[in-house]
Amino acid sequence: MNGKSVAVSLVNVRRHFGEVKAVDDVSLDVYDGEFFSMLGPSGSGKTTCLRLIAGFERPSGGQILLHGWDVGGVPPYDRDVNTVFQDYALFPHMTVGRNVAYGLMIKRVPKAERERRVGEMLELVRLSGMENRKPSQLSGGQRQRVALARALVNRPSVLLLDEPLGALDLKLRQQMQIELKNIQQQVGITFIYVTHDQEEALTMSDRLAVFNHGQIEQVGSPAEVYERPATTFVAGFVGTSNVIDAGVARQIVGEAATLSIRPEKIHLSSPDAAVPAESYSVHGTVQDVVYLGMYTRYLVELETSPRAHLAVMQQNLETTSMDVLTIRGKRVQLIWRRDFTRTLQRTEIVEESGV
Amino acid sequence: MRSDASFVNRAGIGLRAASTAVLIFLHFPILLIFLYAFNTEEAAYTFPPPGLTFDWFGVLLKRSDFWNALGLSLVVALVSTMIAVVLGTLAALAIYRSKFFGRDAISLMIILPIALPGIVTGIALRSALNISGLNFSFWTIVIGHATFCVVTVYNNVVARLRRTNYSQVEASMDLGASIWQTFRYVILPNIATALLAGGMLSFALSFDEVIVTTFTAGQQQTLPIWIFSQLQRPRDRPVTNVAALFVVATTLVPILLAYRFTRESGET
Amino acid sequence: MTSAAPPLPERRSFLHGVSVVLYRYPFLSIIALLLPILLWIGVIYLGSLTAMLAQGFFYLDGFTGRIVREFTLRTYQELLLQQNIDIFLRTILMAASVTLTCALLAFPLAYFMARFASGRTKALLYLGVMLPLWSSYLVRIYAWKLILAQEGIIGWLANALGLTGVLDAVLSIPGIGGPSLSFSIVGVYLVFVYIWLPYMILPINAALERVPKSVIEASGDLGARPGYTFRRIILPLAFPGVVAGSIFTFSLTLGDYIIPGVFGNSSYFIGQAVLVQQGTAGNIPLAAAMTVVPILVMGVYLLGARWLGAFDAL
Repeated sequence: MNGKSVAVSLVNVRRHFGEVKAVDDVSLDVYDGEFFSMLGPSGSGKTTCLRLIAGFERPSGGQILLHGWDVGGVPPYDRDVNTVFQDYALFPHMTVGRNVAYGLMIKRVPKAERERRVGEMLELVRLSGMENRKPSQLSGGQRQRVALARALVNRPSVLLLDEPLGALDLKLRQQMQIELKNIQQQVGITFIYVTHDQEEALTMSDRLAVFNHGQIEQVGSPAEVYERPATTFVAGFVGTSNVIDAGVARQIVGEAATLSIRPEKIHLSSPDAAVPAESYSVHGTVQDVVYLGMYTRYLVELETSPRAHLAVMQQNLETTSMDVLTIRGKRVQLIWRRDFTRTLQRTEIVEESGV
Repeated sequence: MRSDASFVNRAGIGLRAASTAVLIFLHFPILLIFLYAFNTEEAAYTFPPPGLTFDWFGVLLKRSDFWNALGLSLVVALVSTMIAVVLGTLAALAIYRSKFFGRDAISLMIILPIALPGIVTGIALRSALNISGLNFSFWTIVIGHATFCVVTVYNNVVARLRRTNYSQVEASMDLGASIWQTFRYVILPNIATALLAGGMLSFALSFDEVIVTTFTAGQQQTLPIWIFSQLQRPRDRPVTNVAALFVVATTLVPILLAYRFTRESGET
Repeated sequence: MTSAAPPLPERRSFLHGVSVVLYRYPFLSIIALLLPILLWIGVIYLGSLTAMLAQGFFYLDGFTGRIVREFTLRTYQELLLQQNIDIFLRTILMAASVTLTCALLAFPLAYFMARFASGRTKALLYLGVMLPLWSSYLVRIYAWKLILAQEGIIGWLANALGLTGVLDAVLSIPGIGGPSLSFSIVGVYLVFVYIWLPYMILPINAALERVPKSVIEASGDLGARPGYTFRRIILPLAFPGVVAGSIFTFSLTLGDYIIPGVFGNSSYFIGQAVLVQQGTAGNIPLAAAMTVVPILVMGVYLLGARWLGAFDAL
């Protein structure tokens, strides 16, 4: 496909823990050099998938192929794959230098080469000169970078990252997102990145897979997944989206299907504004206004039966906080282009954080 | 235990007094040992001692039965501890992460030799030795001691393993280390001080044991058995006093070391 | 899709091969790790226990003085003789009083350590309990011989305070008194309490350490008076610790023959009776049968403790 070779391939992979189907029939191809994210709420099976690829778990069924090699019974230490752990898993009794050199020491790489590669790697993650510190003397962000260096120094064909930024605060996380992406482009290694943060997945990935209940709901580029969600779950989990029930949809678009429309695609207009061609429109009353600085979020109650609500996001290009608040309680018309409406496959809408 | 307002934040006088009294109760008899070691009196335990002298230290120095018993006890404790370290560590590695059927049964089995009264363990081993026809020897003492020493190593190592992040083990294997290399480079350094602490306690336990040893020792005298026999010899009281001081002083060493080892790692 | 030629690692030693097999069959590694301990304790120790309990079904021929290896219940029936029942009751009563006293003495110190001490003080207090626990059992017994002897420190103290009459009155109580404290049931009781006390302090302290401060503050915040908080919050949470400690004090008292031997009078405790039966009397079947009593008592005790959740506090 696409002329690129497949780095990791999952074929009907299942992993059951007793009654619990952590991974339930997942098939997936990840290409060489790709930054691939596995996105989903906790318990959706994304981390188990990662652990199956690393070899920490063994599949209950199906095949896992690394560059075409079936690694079913191959232990982690014989797989050309390295992992950055969520809790970093640095060895507390070793210095930063010895942590990073660990994989090379095991492979009996000569000392001189070992030191050179460790030095290069620490430079890449901007930790030069920290060789002799202990992990306990580092900040969270520094530990994270040591973990990254320790995995990358082995030049694996695939790097697995299990929510590596989860423990960092927002500012640092955003900074590290950019850094990680840069490093990935520099070294050209396939990254498989597990996260529950949709924004992170959208910013960093070449492609992503959305997980729910041990299954993949959609695979695609960030733009595809965001603009054309395939299921109600994806529409709700990736970004925020208005999901319109079939009954209400029939009154607006004349067709009984579950639909989604992104809040920022809707125009808030006066009740008597003319509707352009190829657009849908619906009347309603502004129930709530939340001023967010750059944007304002409106909640509009529609004149449909049963009554439904749509969230609308408008940029505050020419409006002030005082202006937007006066709209509360007014009757409005909502207008959006037909091609922004997506027809969804009905799956379960999952709350923000499950178990 | 009274209901005054300071109860929640500050210890009341009553509680302080009771705690101090209990501490004095615990330590006073041991301090007394120190005093009596210098007692000039030969045949009685008169308090206060009529006079003080260093003479008995010289007398003890010439008592070869004491030194033989001490030597036997040291070797027994060393060998028992080595066996206990191996058995306890292996069992701890098997138990701490797996949830298999019978896991509780194995924990109970390891605790049993110390949970059951010593006399039960003693008689049981003795009757087994009688049936098997083995002669009492150094090794019969060691078998008994290793059996009840395993628990100290096991408990210490399991506790440490539970506090050790398992992802370290996964990280090691992920970086190419086999199970053996992972044990050597990651698990062993993590549990090292727990092993030392468990080993020290095991050593102290063995060094001090008398009840089980009585049944498995035959004619040999370990140090506790020697002291026990001394208790029934009023003429030897001054020597016993000095030996007691010596024993208390030497057992302090492993205990203080074990305490240090468990504390150091508790702080990181 | 499956390629036939996996990228083999450069060296594949025998140990590496074993390591791979253990990865594929995790239960094998568990069995390998458990085998030594199963053989050692399972075979040597449990085997010995079984052998001993089996001997209780033999009997001693009173005329020949030989042990008859035939199945019989008569040895176990001997346990029901009044003299033996007396020994069991005396021992259990002693174990119960020692346990109760230890709990009462241990609580204040354990509570102080857990709630009010911190840093250096706490470390010192902890060592202050650990050191007596681990210093030589026989030496500590010996120290009490010095204290309880007629001419020893207690006699001296009673004399100095003019309380000799009280001491004599205690020693003249039939059953528990004796010629001096160092030859009386009271003395045995005192020494038991002293020797096992640290075994009670540590588990109670461990249980109390786990009571979060916020729980106590929450109780106060909800309007409970300190006394009420203590009874309704702290005591119930500390109880598993008391039970855990009592396992030690109870078990150790049940099986000890040295302390009653050194300090007691002619009334035997279980440990002494077993020792005499297997030693001088040569009645190994009866000695074996007698050990069933502490095993049963401890079995019931451990089941009860488990039910109360005491094992978490060990």
